[in-house]
Amino acid sequence: MAESFYQSYGVVVALLIGGFGLVAVAFTAARLIAPRRQTAEKLMTYECGIDPVGEGWSQSQIRYYIYAFLFVIFDVESVFLFPWANIFVRLGYQAVVEMAIFVFVLALGLLYAYKKKVLQWV
Amino acid sequence: MLAKIDWVGWILLVARMVVIFAGLLVVVMLVIWMERKVVADMQMRPGPNRAGPAGILVTLADGAKLFFKEGIMPITADRAVYLVAPVAALVPAFLAFAVIPFGTGVRLFGHRIPFQGTDLNIGILWILAMASLAVYGVVLAGWSSGSNYPLLGSIRATAQMISYEVGMGLALVAVMLYSGTLTLSRIVALQGRHFGVSWLTWLPKWNLFLQFPAFLIYMTAALAETNRPPFDLPEAETELVAGHHTEYSGIKFAMFYLAEYLHMVTVSSVGVTLFLGGWRGPMFHVVPWLWPSVWFAVKLVAVVYAMIWIRATLPRFRYDRLMSFGWKALIPIGLLWILVTAAAIQLPKVYGNWKAAYVTFLATILVLLLFAPALVGKPRSAEPEGPPAPPVPVPAIPAKPEVEP
Repeated sequence: MAESFYQSYGVVVALLIGGFGLVAVAFTAARLIAPRRQTAEKLMTYECGIDPVGEGWSQSQIRYYIYAFLFVIFDVESVFLFPWANIFVRLGYQAVVEMAIFVFVLALGLLYAYKKKVLQWV
Repeated sequence: MLAKIDWVGWILLVARMVVIFAGLLVVVMLVIWMERKVVADMQMRPGPNRAGPAGILVTLADGAKLFFKEGIMPITADRAVYLVAPVAALVPAFLAFAVIPFGTGVRLFGHRIPFQGTDLNIGILWILAMASLAVYGVVLAGWSSGSNYPLLGSIRATAQMISYEVGMGLALVAVMLYSGTLTLSRIVALQGRHFGVSWLTWLPKWNLFLQFPAFLIYMTAALAETNRPPFDLPEAETELVAGHHTEYSGIKFAMFYLAEYLHMVTVSSVGVTLFLGGWRGPMFHVVPWLWPSVWFAVKLVAVVYAMIWIRATLPRFRYDRLMSFGWKALIPIGLLWILVTAAAIQLPKVYGNWKAAYVTFLATILVLLLFAPALVGKPRSAEPEGPPAPPVPVPAIPAKPEVEP
């Protein structure tokens, strides 16, 4: 009943190829039938009708960067949670206590960020 | 191994793939039509009604039209990345669906064909991975356009998506903990059991009932992950024109549009599979292999309808509220719920069943109460109101000179 490793990931590879194929066919078809008449105005970036000022790559707030850091911390945490959850039933209640301590330490981190007003926008 | 598959097996494999692709495209077409019709109905207007009966072919017409539209790449764009972005948005959306079981399967030519792309033993992890890859489409599109609005939109979208991804992951960990497996077909099978209490035996043991907080977290995060209202800040048209795909036109825009709705279908299917019992439902003896797929479709439509309903009902979040809801509500509650679930599984081994059930019940109520302020939404004034500002001295208005008649 269970498919072999190669079979199950073969389907994934097939879907990957299919997805790229779909995009390739769509792009080629559009290239063949869509008109191409480019003017300088068309090639300008869109800024609500007025001519764009300066470069498109502007600086943005530092807060996004901090959120990215927080994301890495908590995503790695869920990576640790996954194997734990998978064999959890066999481990007994000690596993709950251990994970509770781990989660508590991380929650402290979130609390610290909260206290430092990192989570507050503006 | 590969050698064990004969040529019929290969043909069936390819056929399954084609069916998944074609099926997904048709489903997306219908979902877009459904969204437009339902929203139109809620706003008391007819909605699309020209192409086909009740406008059902409107998406097909739109798609065909986009093939004939000129694709304009701005001169400031980074050419390679600009072209890769729509692909990066679309392909993971297809791949995520590969692990969803949407029926039991049939036997054809002595081969068992499951109605599922592939039953990976890392099912949930695969879905999370593909959801994360979806961020790339948004980031690359926004960055490569070389334009202000797309960049702003994509940075916003990235921060939002990664924030809610953590919450989503935590909700999925809780489900995994409860099921003890990552394989989606196994999770659906486990939901086929019924409750052991005598007056509840009619109720199937869907994860929805025992993992209700996880369901709430998952669906909220799913709305944010797919940039659906009320979390559609990345493409808030009043502020950002169209967000990351502002500079995309023609078929490349169609790719983003397709990817967006594919994601909506995928997250709804994941919700159905993990919480609503997947393809399970009453079976009948007429065409027995079809019923599971019918039930799956019914549940999928219900979830999609709920998402559309939310779109028609709720206004957009403010960005600071969005982030604080993700980090201060969803993630702590998700962490707490994981611990409650873990304790609920291990407690019966230490105490008796009933005592454990009581403790778990109380803990669930507690977690739901934590959720309550976020859901009921006690209106808070945005800015803390300080003392009233001192009156600004205004020069006295000179009296109007009397005009002698």
